Amino acid sequence: MNVPDNLLYAESHEWAKIEGEIATVGITDHAQSELSDVVHVELPKVGAVLKSGAVAATVDSVKAASDIYAPLSGTVTEVNPALSKDPALVNTDAYGEGWMFKLKLSDPSATGNLKSAADYTGQIS
Amino acid sequence: MESTAPDQLLRTALADTHVAEGARMVEFGGWYMPVQYRGILQEHKAVRESAGLFDISHMGELLITGEGAAAWLDSLLTNNVARLKPGRGQYTFLLNEKGGVIDDLILYCITSERYIAVINASRIERDFLWMRDHLPWTHSHPQAERVHLFNESGALSAVAIQGPNAEKILSAFLASDSEHTGPCALSTLPRSGMIEHDVENHEFFIARTGYTGEDGFEVFCVNEDAEYLWKELRKFGEPYGLAPAGLGCRDTLRLEMCYPLNGNDLSEDITPLEAGLGKFVALDKPCGFIGQTALQKQKAEGVKRKLIAFSVTGKGAPPRSHNAIYLGDKQIGETTSGGFSPSLGGGIGMGYVEIASGVTDGTAIDIDVRGTRLPAVVVAKPIYKKAAKS
Repeated sequence: MNVPDNLLYAESHEWAKIEGEIATVGITDHAQSELSDVVHVELPKVGAVLKSGAVAATVDSVKAASDIYAPLSGTVTEVNPALSKDPALVNTDAYGEGWMFKLKLSDPSATGNLKSAADYTGQIS
Repeated sequence: MESTAPDQLLRTALADTHVAEGARMVEFGGWYMPVQYRGILQEHKAVRESAGLFDISHMGELLITGEGAAAWLDSLLTNNVARLKPGRGQYTFLLNEKGGVIDDLILYCITSERYIAVINASRIERDFLWMRDHLPWTHSHPQAERVHLFNESGALSAVAIQGPNAEKILSAFLASDSEHTGPCALSTLPRSGMIEHDVENHEFFIARTGYTGEDGFEVFCVNEDAEYLWKELRKFGEPYGLAPAGLGCRDTLRLEMCYPLNGNDLSEDITPLEAGLGKFVALDKPCGFIGQTALQKQKAEGVKRKLIAFSVTGKGAPPRSHNAIYLGDKQIGETTSGGFSPSLGGGIGMGYVEIASGVTDGTAIDIDVRGTRLPAVVVAKPIYKKAAKS
């Protein structure tokens, strides 16, 4: 499984890429593989204020719906418009074109609950 | 996303083979079963365009034998057993006194004194005990000592090979035994027909049937032969693009065809008439059957609800079971099955609606999926039409 070193990971299988006060969020390669064939992604509204651990999005695979949680607290500044046309991007490019939303972090230093790539790799193996 | 602990679950004779082939295993009705191998969409497409191979060993098999077998079965099942000829099968229902569906099943006639009922995995015990309790025990009964019921579910395995290439693949396998000189009769085997055939001293019971809407076969054997059968079919299927397939696409395929799933679209509180499956009920057969009076009454009074199929017209999350169905602002029913249709590329489903609502094919309805009302349209069954064959 692909677990890039430059990202942080939530135990619930979301990744966050932190650039200054903005975090880009998606689900991991492991998560997309477990979900398989994603057919619909329900994204949060821009402007929504999310607490770390709150339901932020819902992903429907052919089989079932799964909630996606905010890995950090913040305000949604942007959602990935490409996912409404092509939800399978979550499967084909989980860390790139399959990103889900961006958060303006309420506290950019509060990343203590997230895991490093090495720790997350340990969790899923 | 959690994986299921397999220790407590029932395992088919092919469970280790699935794991070794990298299938994703899940709990289904108490069984440890593959939900998918490479992906539900891919496997669905393989079945529609080439062929797929399913382990259906979790399904149950009841053997009913004896001089009185046919008459006794006719008193329990809705379809006309007396008309079932050797080498043929029929879809039928086992009902309770209220006319509710205990199980939907296929009854095969091997000889006039030997029948096999292929029943749903989740209903094996219920069906067997129900039927056992209705055996003619007392000596005063005209069929006493003339009917024998055996639950062979634990001894038998089964695979389904489904898709336009299924006949070619199965024929190639059956013809592979150099010792076997008899013809392979698959090309002349009608839908619902069954034959017995052996390959290298392994015996197989083959029925032309399935749960996908494609041409195909269900092949039954003793558990000891299951792995041999699976591996041989995989080998003979390789040139034809045969894909091992899981329960995930079995569900999307059957839903596109509007085949009911017991526990979702059928239950002991739903009658075959409400499910729109009255053609499998010989309502006036003279011998009578359990549930007949209730169904005759329901037919005379008119059913109050019916099972509709629908297709979501806009974008949105796929419907699931237990979503409310609306006509305008009024809730008129609830979905019993729902999902993403790989063939149509959108959400589809089935559900029961009040007859009084007046909905019919073409009526615009809304499906409430997690708080969002999705526009949908009632469609004629099956939802997926290209593959409809009889």
